[in-house]
Amino acid sequence: MAENGQNTETVTLTIDGRTVTVPKGTTILQAAEELGTTVPHYCYHAGLSSPAMCRLCLVEVEGAPKLMPSCVTQVMDGQVVHTESESAERMRRGVLEFYLVNHPLDCPICDQSGECKLQDYVHQEGREHGRSREPKRIFGRDDFGGDVLFYGDRCVMCTRCVRFMTEVEQKPLLTVVERGNRSVIDTFFEQGLEEAEWAGNVVDICPVGALVSKDFLHKARAWDLDHAPSVCPSCSQGCNIDLHTRDNLVQRLKPRANLEVNQYWMCDYGRGHYEWMNRGDRLEAPVVRESDRSVAMGWSEALEALKTRLQAASGGVKAVVSPYWSNEDIGAVVDLMDALGGGEMVFRSPRAEDESVLPGFPNLARRRDLAPNTTGLAALGASRVGDDGARGGLEDIDAHSGVLIVLGDALVDVTEGFAESAELTVYLGAFESAALADADFALPITTFAEQEGTFTNHEGRVQRFWPGLQAPGAARPAWLVLGALAGAISDHEAPIRADEAFQTLRGRSSLFEGLSYESLGTRGARAGEPATVSGD
Amino acid sequence: MGYPYSHEKEVPILSEHFGDPEARTLEGWQKRGGYEALKKALGMSPDAVTEEVKASGLRGRGGAGFPCGLKWSFMPKDSGKPHYLLCNADESEPGTFKDRELLRWTPHQVIEGCAIAAYAIGAEQIYIYCRGEFFEATQVLATAVEEAYEAGILGEDAMGSGTRIDVTVHVGAGAYICGEETGLMNSLEGRRGLPRVKPPFPAAVGAFGMPTTINNVETLAAVGHILKNGAEWYRQWGTEKSPGTKLFCVSGHVKKPGNYELPLHFPLSELIYDVCGGIRDDNELKAVIPGGSSVPLLSAEEAMSCHLCYEGVVEAGSMLGCASVIVMDHTTDIVRQVRRMAYFYMHESCGQCTPCREGSAWVVKILKRIEEGRGTEEDLDTLMEVTDQMVGTTICVLSDSVAAPVQSSIQKFRNEYLALIRRGERVGVA
Repeated sequence: MAENGQNTETVTLTIDGRTVTVPKGTTILQAAEELGTTVPHYCYHAGLSSPAMCRLCLVEVEGAPKLMPSCVTQVMDGQVVHTESESAERMRRGVLEFYLVNHPLDCPICDQSGECKLQDYVHQEGREHGRSREPKRIFGRDDFGGDVLFYGDRCVMCTRCVRFMTEVEQKPLLTVVERGNRSVIDTFFEQGLEEAEWAGNVVDICPVGALVSKDFLHKARAWDLDHAPSVCPSCSQGCNIDLHTRDNLVQRLKPRANLEVNQYWMCDYGRGHYEWMNRGDRLEAPVVRESDRSVAMGWSEALEALKTRLQAASGGVKAVVSPYWSNEDIGAVVDLMDALGGGEMVFRSPRAEDESVLPGFPNLARRRDLAPNTTGLAALGASRVGDDGARGGLEDIDAHSGVLIVLGDALVDVTEGFAESAELTVYLGAFESAALADADFALPITTFAEQEGTFTNHEGRVQRFWPGLQAPGAARPAWLVLGALAGAISDHEAPIRADEAFQTLRGRSSLFEGLSYESLGTRGARAGEPATVSGD
Repeated sequence: MGYPYSHEKEVPILSEHFGDPEARTLEGWQKRGGYEALKKALGMSPDAVTEEVKASGLRGRGGAGFPCGLKWSFMPKDSGKPHYLLCNADESEPGTFKDRELLRWTPHQVIEGCAIAAYAIGAEQIYIYCRGEFFEATQVLATAVEEAYEAGILGEDAMGSGTRIDVTVHVGAGAYICGEETGLMNSLEGRRGLPRVKPPFPAAVGAFGMPTTINNVETLAAVGHILKNGAEWYRQWGTEKSPGTKLFCVSGHVKKPGNYELPLHFPLSELIYDVCGGIRDDNELKAVIPGGSSVPLLSAEEAMSCHLCYEGVVEAGSMLGCASVIVMDHTTDIVRQVRRMAYFYMHESCGQCTPCREGSAWVVKILKRIEEGRGTEEDLDTLMEVTDQMVGTTICVLSDSVAAPVQSSIQKFRNEYLALIRRGERVGVA
């Protein structure tokens, strides 16, 4: 026994002629996974209990009288397992044929097509032609409520969705009704998934196109989507996600496995809040106000002009930053303020009334704090102002007479003539805003979806995200713009890559101590804790 | 004595008081020697009780024929957990009607057997899970349980022994699959009656997650007699591997259908032609299902040489199952029979395992098409292959039960299928 109380006894077995050593209690399916062998399965899901009912993961275990379900059969020392023996393959071919007896084969109009496990497995090792020529059973379509639509005929009856609602969200809103071949997933009478807060996950874990998202319905084919690893920006939990994009638009968000942060799940709130990333009202070129007119210009010219104005300014710096921007972006604001002799930084962020915890994995919740990087901002010296609707709290700023830098905050609540007393107003933003009218410099920057960078989640975990969209026009990451300015003013080398920008954070806060951009990997890390590899 | 008919070749032990309403009452039962066995057992050590049953060679009467004493001995000792005894009275196999008779004529016989078994395995709580449709039997049993409590036979001090034995009668809702032991446990716990993956076996993790033994009504009914008269006495009937007597439920085309208690290894031919008075209208025998509809059919020829014991029926090409003998004469339309049986299993499949859920419905569709004269010869190959994919690939054996009649009928009565496919000829239809 190890000190942490975990059982470290191991078992060595042979799978398909290769030896593997795994902890005692591991299942054959998991042990095969270690060797890179995926035993086909439907009902098994790493985040759920295993009913061993799909019968697809049966493997041959030498000495066993029958094929064994690898998802629940625990490994034994010296066990010899064959996942690709003639009997195992024949059985899988048979089970796959059974799945197709009543399946509508409507792949051309099915959203799951291209990422469908039935398609994959049948193409891998199914029969070329099914032998059934009987009329198919028809269930039709059912609106389960929320964002979930059910196509009963495509269902493989794996019950992952039922188990998710029962075991993980712990609101048993789905069940199997009827018996045998008449079994069908259903909601209870008129009660649908509306009151669920995590039901979108049942769409993710459905191995086929039985449960689909209404929002995504017929929007894109799976093979046309690009996937960018990212971090959900809708609360401070920092769920690992993928941005699924096509035509430079985010089409949907999907959770990405990270056992430390979100396991395999994400909430419906976060999943549904992506449309702002596709907004068309973008700032695309630096605009500089010259006496009574605004002039669009190139970056070199604009930054040269801004540098001159900043160096000439005298009244100190105040900054309003947004918690939707990365650690690197905010770090660059701090760098610039330092170059200008220091200043004050505030941020406003929305907060919900309460948390929405996932009972089956209580470390995961839609947090009260509805922005992704308030922890990072606070660590870099910004203080929170304003109310829970991310409004107000800017009275001091309004009266400020020195340099005002706004990063990302759209200042939706300010009236015309805001910051009139400021000597110089620099607005870095992604979208059109009423505040632009008062800006001396309006600089187009990218959103998190268009750049590389890191967010710091509520527990201080620093996590990287990657760009899924191309930046519009001349928009650039804020850290690149501000870093260049700070560098030019204080005459040091400016970061030109995200990892260099991350390097500048070290020393700014203990949250970044000892972390390197590379070692954050795709799942992030916390300062002082060894980087862990988990998920998938 | 058999019910409703009896025969001189019977050895009425369990069925001695069938048809005798007085035996239903506690007083009547005690007058007939009832609860002596329990008294004797309570004076022995639990292990000694188990050993006696082991020595008798009593095999489970629910269908699988697993040695009863051996099953009891799997129960953990000093587990610190509550143990449960479940009495499986969810008799649902088509053709089976022995447990119902045991319950409605001799409820105390069953309670006594349960109490002995519970004592042997260290269980204080017994659940008798009755089939939902057993209205009369459940009523009779519930009354008997009440009587036994009042007399102090059950309760916290069973027969003054200081041992607590409680009996709860639980009524199912009429699903075949709830007769499968782990499906029964789920149903008892208030869940869907879905069979569980084994291992873990019930002796380790059973009802309510506790060590559990589950026995058939007839098995438990026999326990009292074994305890009272000894293992050797019980072994005077039957064979080494199949000792004792067994209730045979004979239905179908015989002159005198009903329950007959016979020593195991009794010849099937004698059962049909002597005990049951022969085939109706002295018709020709076509096929026999020897153990309930989930076992392979025997052709007339196979049936004639078959001895009714566990090993004897296997030798003949089928299984003894729960000894429900369904006799079919030459007017029987085998295709229709098999379709009807497959339909039953399709309807009763719990739907967990894909081969059973999808396969059973597919098989029924093919059989129906053949029956309606729209079949092809390839359909027979498909049926054989599809049912082959259903054997040994599922959590419980319901799937295998679809395969058995289909495969055996195609092997043994292929001509009948072909006559229908090629010429549209149906047996029994002009």
